[in-house]
Amino acid sequence: MRNVWNIVRKEINSYFRSPIAYIVLAVFAGIFGFFFYSILAMFVRQSMMAAQYMQMYGQSMHMNVNEMVIRPLLMNTAVVSLFMVPFITMRLFAEEKKTGTIELLMTSPLTDLQIITGKFIAALLLYACMLAITFLYLLLLFQYGNPDWKPMLSGYLGLLLLGGCFLAIGLMFSTMTGNQLIAVVLTFGFLLFLWVIDWAGEYATGTVAEVAKYLSLTGHIDNFSKGVIDLRDGVYYVSLIALALFMTARSVESVRWRA
Amino acid sequence: MIEVQGLTKRYGRTVAVEDLNFTVKKGEILGFLGPNGAGKTTTMRVITCFMPPTLGNVTVAGYDVMREPLEVKKRIGYLPETPPLYTDMRVREMLTFAGRIKGVPSFELKQRVEEVASRTAVTDVLNKIVGHLSKGYRQRVGLAAALIHNPEVLVLDEPTAGLDPKQIIETRKLIRSLSGEHTVILSTHILPEAANTCDRVMIINAGKLVAEDTPVNLTARLQGFETMHMLVEGPERDVRERLARIQGVNSVLPTPASNGRVEFAVQTDKGRDVRRDLARAVVESGWGLLELRPVGMSLEEIFLKLTTTDSAPEPEAIAEEV
Repeated sequence: MRNVWNIVRKEINSYFRSPIAYIVLAVFAGIFGFFFYSILAMFVRQSMMAAQYMQMYGQSMHMNVNEMVIRPLLMNTAVVSLFMVPFITMRLFAEEKKTGTIELLMTSPLTDLQIITGKFIAALLLYACMLAITFLYLLLLFQYGNPDWKPMLSGYLGLLLLGGCFLAIGLMFSTMTGNQLIAVVLTFGFLLFLWVIDWAGEYATGTVAEVAKYLSLTGHIDNFSKGVIDLRDGVYYVSLIALALFMTARSVESVRWRA
Repeated sequence: MIEVQGLTKRYGRTVAVEDLNFTVKKGEILGFLGPNGAGKTTTMRVITCFMPPTLGNVTVAGYDVMREPLEVKKRIGYLPETPPLYTDMRVREMLTFAGRIKGVPSFELKQRVEEVASRTAVTDVLNKIVGHLSKGYRQRVGLAAALIHNPEVLVLDEPTAGLDPKQIIETRKLIRSLSGEHTVILSTHILPEAANTCDRVMIINAGKLVAEDTPVNLTARLQGFETMHMLVEGPERDVRERLARIQGVNSVLPTPASNGRVEFAVQTDKGRDVRRDLARAVVESGWGLLELRPVGMSLEEIFLKLTTTDSAPEPEAIAEEV
């Protein structure tokens, strides 16, 4: 455990020592700010229209902050993290392979699993920082409105799990190459593919459609953002993380065999 | 301390190391000598558990590298060819991190960092960023990182590469001072280094062990005869005849020097010291003996002799490699 913590600490330090963490966080905060403002502005306009509607027809329109602001925002966060995560994970192993520091880690009394877990947790913490930024924006809603916090929380849980999948897959690709750019491209391509794989469900039939729908990252996050915590979705994310980390471990092992 | 039995390592079809056997005793300094690509680094990587062997058994301090790698790693300090340093860390952070992952208890860590830093003479750069250091400093920081947990075994892959002559001498001194309490394996393709630093030298070529002995014995064993260099004042022909008559002398090859002096290369039987006889012969004949010294075969010559028996490569190529 102490070994894992040592790796986590080293990786976090290295994220914040280099500009990577700051740039990822700043760019994300900027983009999310734009989303937040846009969606909120649209919501405000709709609220005005609803008020007019009520005056004219005496009937109220259904307005819901959770459904109309928070949920789309969280979905957008998921899309943006699809772009950000490859840049968080690219260096984790690729850089160590390139500079040769992997030899230090692999000849120290650490198991591969400790190294991988440490790196994964560090990346997850940086990702959690990203999510924390979005939470600051959402706090404003509590100041002026009355959103329900429970679906918001489940939405964040979903994002954390989704991010975990992204990061685990990114980590896996990072072990396969000594070139960070290759790691980014492979990670991004693969994640995008998993993101849109349910399109196959539109034209395919039977089992293929079912499988494609189940494999898609998007379908599962939807439930969480609605406030539905379904065991199936949890199992999907956790098993995907476990699979990707397992593949990472095998790939790290092959670094030893091939060196 | 280290036992290597039948070590073979293949990369696909390429054989990097083939059936290597050796043991290193506690406190000994073993020099690994060989041209580039001879399999030195591969052997070291197997010993340090960086990669598993294809065949064979390797044990360090009684622990098998395949079965108990963690126990082996705890006891080994490894300095690879390029020091594995995080260039964005400060030297102190780097050493602290190395200490942590190698299991130095946190209450000792600060003191250990200071200790190894002063031992490897990097105290003055402790607060500098590793990436800004020169090659020589990086090499020493790498050595400090390898020493941080006071390992029983030190494996150093070309520890003096890239250092200036003064640093080389200091590093050799440091390595020598480590012997006794630490067991050291170091690889090099610089021969005098092996001769100066090591208790025992192993020469490997193309993945196979070619010779193994102390530097002195190695020199003696490979020469069938010994050569004396003499500078004599006297008539060349008489001197040559007189010297050739001494028992144990095989041949006398003169190279005329200026103003009546003659240089001789006198080859004698192995293990027979004829220096007294040579000196007496010259003096009794009334000539002047200006110089008399044995010429040992340098490790370079041994090395070339051993590694180039089958094919004779271009001399320039060898000069470049060595």
